[in-house]
Amino acid sequence: MTTDMQDESEIFRGTTTGKTLLRNSRSVRGTPKAGMPAFVLGEELADIADSDPRIVVGTADLASANRTNDFHDRHPDRFVNFSIAERNMITAAAGMASCGMIPYVATFASFSAILAAEQIRTDCAYPNMKVRVLGSHSGMSMGFYGTSHHALEDLAMLRCMAELTVVCATDANHLRAILRASVEHPKAMYIRLGRGRDPVVYDDVPEIEFGRAIRLREGTDLTIIACGSQVRASLDAAEKLAKEGVSVRVVDMFSIDTIDAAEVKAAAETGAILTVEEHNVTGGLGSAVAEVLLDLPRIAFRKHGVPDRYVEVGPPAALYAHYRLDVAGVAEVAKELMARKG
Amino acid sequence: MNRPASNMGLPALEDRAKFIRKETVRLSRIAGAGHYSSTFSCAELLATLYYDQMRIEPGNPDWPARDRFVMSKGHAAIGLYPVMADLGYFDPSELDTYTRLGSKFGDHPDMKKVRGLDFSSGSLGHGLSVGVGMALAGRMQGLDFRTYVMLGDGELSEGQIWEAVNSAGHFGLRNLVAIVDRNGLSIDGHTEEVMSIEPLEERFAAFGWEVQRIDGHDLQAIRDAFDALERADRGKPQVIIADTVKGRGVARMEMSLDWHVGNLVGEDYDDVMAELDAGLKPYEPEAVE
Repeated sequence: MTTDMQDESEIFRGTTTGKTLLRNSRSVRGTPKAGMPAFVLGEELADIADSDPRIVVGTADLASANRTNDFHDRHPDRFVNFSIAERNMITAAAGMASCGMIPYVATFASFSAILAAEQIRTDCAYPNMKVRVLGSHSGMSMGFYGTSHHALEDLAMLRCMAELTVVCATDANHLRAILRASVEHPKAMYIRLGRGRDPVVYDDVPEIEFGRAIRLREGTDLTIIACGSQVRASLDAAEKLAKEGVSVRVVDMFSIDTIDAAEVKAAAETGAILTVEEHNVTGGLGSAVAEVLLDLPRIAFRKHGVPDRYVEVGPPAALYAHYRLDVAGVAEVAKELMARKG
Repeated sequence: MNRPASNMGLPALEDRAKFIRKETVRLSRIAGAGHYSSTFSCAELLATLYYDQMRIEPGNPDWPARDRFVMSKGHAAIGLYPVMADLGYFDPSELDTYTRLGSKFGDHPDMKKVRGLDFSSGSLGHGLSVGVGMALAGRMQGLDFRTYVMLGDGELSEGQIWEAVNSAGHFGLRNLVAIVDRNGLSIDGHTEEVMSIEPLEERFAAFGWEVQRIDGHDLQAIRDAFDALERADRGKPQVIIADTVKGRGVARMEMSLDWHVGNLVGEDYDDVMAELDAGLKPYEPEAVE
């Protein structure tokens, strides 16, 4: 079995302490692979909830996969497992929010953002309910589980909804920062997560502000604007290109809605912008950046993501390579764009 | 549980049900169209809830311990707004803007705009999930408020309703009360022809609910059903299936498919207002050939 296959098998393997939520669960907490932190979702929310009685956490029979069971272990009275009924979960979260609670409801992105899109719009976003929908295992991180489990359209679908803040967590520390900042955020939120084994970008919990991008690397020849899993790949690609004499700026544009237009405009000064995302090339981060660029003088620009097709099945690492979303692939695409820049 | 005692006379409630119907007719004329028959079917239920049963303080609409009401069949909002105005949530004169550009009052209720509205609705099938969330929140907060959700019978075809029914039973939401306005018609015809939903009592009971079935136009029966909520098994969510007549109160509208949305003008308007003033006549279904 390859390492990647092992990762797949761990998607449904959770940690439980105290009351056991799952049979045959095997603890992997405390033994994350180097550079691949385990999911901190439940743990961080439990920390926040220690001092904030408004916090409530829900999931749809995926407490082990997204580690909301860590929250259950510490705050069982404020944990609700809605079972496999995502629409009910998200609308009920809106009902809880109307009573002053701050619900965080988590399931796979394909079954929150896509399956329950109307509930997110009509029951959470429009009436300004402080619901935080967490879509984990987004993009093609579920690999060989297939199209039903991939979420490559969620950013496009939710970005066009008014009054909904859409952000992507880059890694575990970034997720901690987003969760802490989300508590007092006045709008409904969609927080896109990877599969909880995301490569480290932030060694510590970063200072963040929704709507403000994070410039991670300076550069003068090209700017890569990335989000989620592609931030690490872009940083490493930039390092690779630096050795070839190309100076690449890298921006973590984690805030998809509202996007940091000022940072996009600043990126234009490098003369070329490449957007990189684990999402359909249509409608996501690249489109959001393109909308800002329409107001600017023409520069070399390319959206890089998953082509507008349903993707192959396979282990995630193989898929990233196949779709040129690994380090080598991003570097290659960046060079193609540089060639166009001339 | 500290709940107000029923203290309104049945004649007064009958008068308030009449008021709901007449306001529905009046506001529909402002809009040029209205959901007459779906509102008429729940007029007695709505009147009993707001004037007799719910623990509310219109002067303090954000009171955390207030009972909650979710009009899941949001197209009956036209009957809800006048009640809320009458109770003092806002100035009744504001109703004259009904559906005009920029009005607070659209065909479906909007909690961002209408003071005292506990939740918005419109897309059918969501309301009971909202109620589940409210009931869960009440339990977590240690508050003893009750959440009432008015469901249409047509919307019981929505799958999300049954997700909510299932979860309320599982969670043992004793503070949740669903009321099914069982008027028998959805837009395209009789519910049992479009999509059968019976046997309703057995369906809810099978999901772990306490069930009552009543005549939804009989004020005494409605009050008795609400009184019985206190006595029932307190570990279960409760549903009152109210058999009603769509369009009840206006002969031409009763069980007619033509008045789900309609518009009364001219002499017809005056005739219907006069008919409503005279009060409910016995319902006489047309003989089935």
